[in-house]
Amino acid sequence: MSTPEELKFQKSHEWVRVEGTTAYIGISDHAQEELGDIVFVELPELEDEFEAGEEVTNIESVKAASPIYAPVSGTVSKVNDDLEDKPELINQNAYETFIYALEMSDSSELDNLLSYEEYQKFLEEEAE
Amino acid sequence: MFAYLPHTESEIREMLSGIGAASIDDLFADIPEDIRFKDRLGFEAGASELEVCRRLHSLSKANTEAVSFLGAGTYDHVIPAVVPAITGRTEFYTSYTPYQPEISQGVLQAIFEFQTMMCELTSLDVSNASLYDGHTAASEACALAINSTRKRDTILYSATIHPYTKQVMATYFSDLPVKLVEVPEKGGIVDLEAVKELLDDQVAALLVQTPNFYGFLEDYAGIADILHENKSLFIVSSNPLSLGVLKSQGEWGADIAIGDTQPFGLSMYFGGPSVGYIAAAEKLMRKMPGRIVGQTLDEDGKRAFVLTLQAREQHIKRERATSNICSNQALAALATTVYLSTLGKEGLKEIALLNMQKAHYLSERLLSELPVQLYAGQSFFNEFTIELPKPARQICERMEKDGFFGGVPLHTLHPQYSERLLMIAVTEKRSRDELDRYVECMKGALK
Repeated sequence: MSTPEELKFQKSHEWVRVEGTTAYIGISDHAQEELGDIVFVELPELEDEFEAGEEVTNIESVKAASPIYAPVSGTVSKVNDDLEDKPELINQNAYETFIYALEMSDSSELDNLLSYEEYQKFLEEEAE
Repeated sequence: MFAYLPHTESEIREMLSGIGAASIDDLFADIPEDIRFKDRLGFEAGASELEVCRRLHSLSKANTEAVSFLGAGTYDHVIPAVVPAITGRTEFYTSYTPYQPEISQGVLQAIFEFQTMMCELTSLDVSNASLYDGHTAASEACALAINSTRKRDTILYSATIHPYTKQVMATYFSDLPVKLVEVPEKGGIVDLEAVKELLDDQVAALLVQTPNFYGFLEDYAGIADILHENKSLFIVSSNPLSLGVLKSQGEWGADIAIGDTQPFGLSMYFGGPSVGYIAAAEKLMRKMPGRIVGQTLDEDGKRAFVLTLQAREQHIKRERATSNICSNQALAALATTVYLSTLGKEGLKEIALLNMQKAHYLSERLLSELPVQLYAGQSFFNEFTIELPKPARQICERMEKDGFFGGVPLHTLHPQYSERLLMIAVTEKRSRDELDRYVECMKGALK
């Protein structure tokens, strides 16, 4: 597991952890707090392909439904099945709970993502 | 509870002044002048109760009452007295949406039972609190299919579904990037070979109907597998009364079942209100449209009912919602629920058989004694289409003079149908005497 400082981020609140050619994706602590109690996580199908920025899946809480976008392009290689019965894992530890993983098709796209500091700064600016 | 609570003149004045309106007419200011009814309703102000009743009674005499063989989606069925006795209770009749479960347990329980009954009838996993009518349900089912399959924009629908369903679907999808493709009919039923030819990786679902619009039964053996292999969904529409004796949609392998519950406890009402039902496989639950009631436990551990899975709905999904249905046909669905509770499984089967038997008795007499034939050599439930030697409308006009609504001339529902086609529905309400007189009446009309 990594600390948030080692992750990359999108303004839409997804984080990315890279292991070789695989990008593990989850949502930030800020996002899970805004959502409230998560009741359902729709998981993508293995081997589905997505472009960076495409909507991959959905997270539902008691009061909201939020889309999850692909930070990079790739093919779904893993999904976190634990979330089927325990969607609240994301609320409990957002940075250690991945939702799905993509086999990246173009790792240079990682350069378009924000660092932890840049993401935090973005959140502060949004709050104003 | 009181059935009617009138306002006094001074209460009305107080409320109007409270909102800054000068008169009740001001509340209708948004309705354009040129479509407002300005005539009197045929009464002088201050007419006595007797005068009003007398006038209304004479107006009602202008209606034609006749023995009905009308169908095409709306049928003349028996309504047990217990149905209006329960729906007429003010707690149900004028209750609002059950958003506050703590004061709506009766309504919520009734809806939960309705949902359960729809699942049992269709052999599918989940259902909702009802939709506007069968045609809306078909459109919502297609939308559900499009939203549950990735990158597919095509709906195949059978030529043998109700023409109103086709029209509603066309309206529903008129501004969306969805292609509606009609599968031709062959011999009065859907051409399944044509389905195989039209199937490609853009097809989200196939929509069919059995009994179909002509009343004929369709055989879907093997179709569900072919569709599922293509990753398409299977949507089957059925008159729910037919499910009392015929194979359910779930048993055909359908992913979504839809239809209209008007035959269950609802009058013909000149065409509405009605109740649409939709049931689906569990995997489609999260995108199902409309309201859903769920069962849970309250803080004392007692069973309670609530609206649930609300993250699907418009007020949470907002512009990302896949349907803008946020209501249901609560009172009409209640009538259906009471009707089904009264009949039970055995009663439903009995009524369905009666319908079939009477329809077949009539068709056999007509086909053997008159110069008419079935539109196609297919089996049917309680409704069938025949071809007459003269325009059907003419025949019906003559039969009306003898006290019969002889059936629906298909041409009146859509010009694509021949003028000589007549669709006849026979329900459990039609007595043997009425059926025999119908035959004699049509003989006379055909001379």
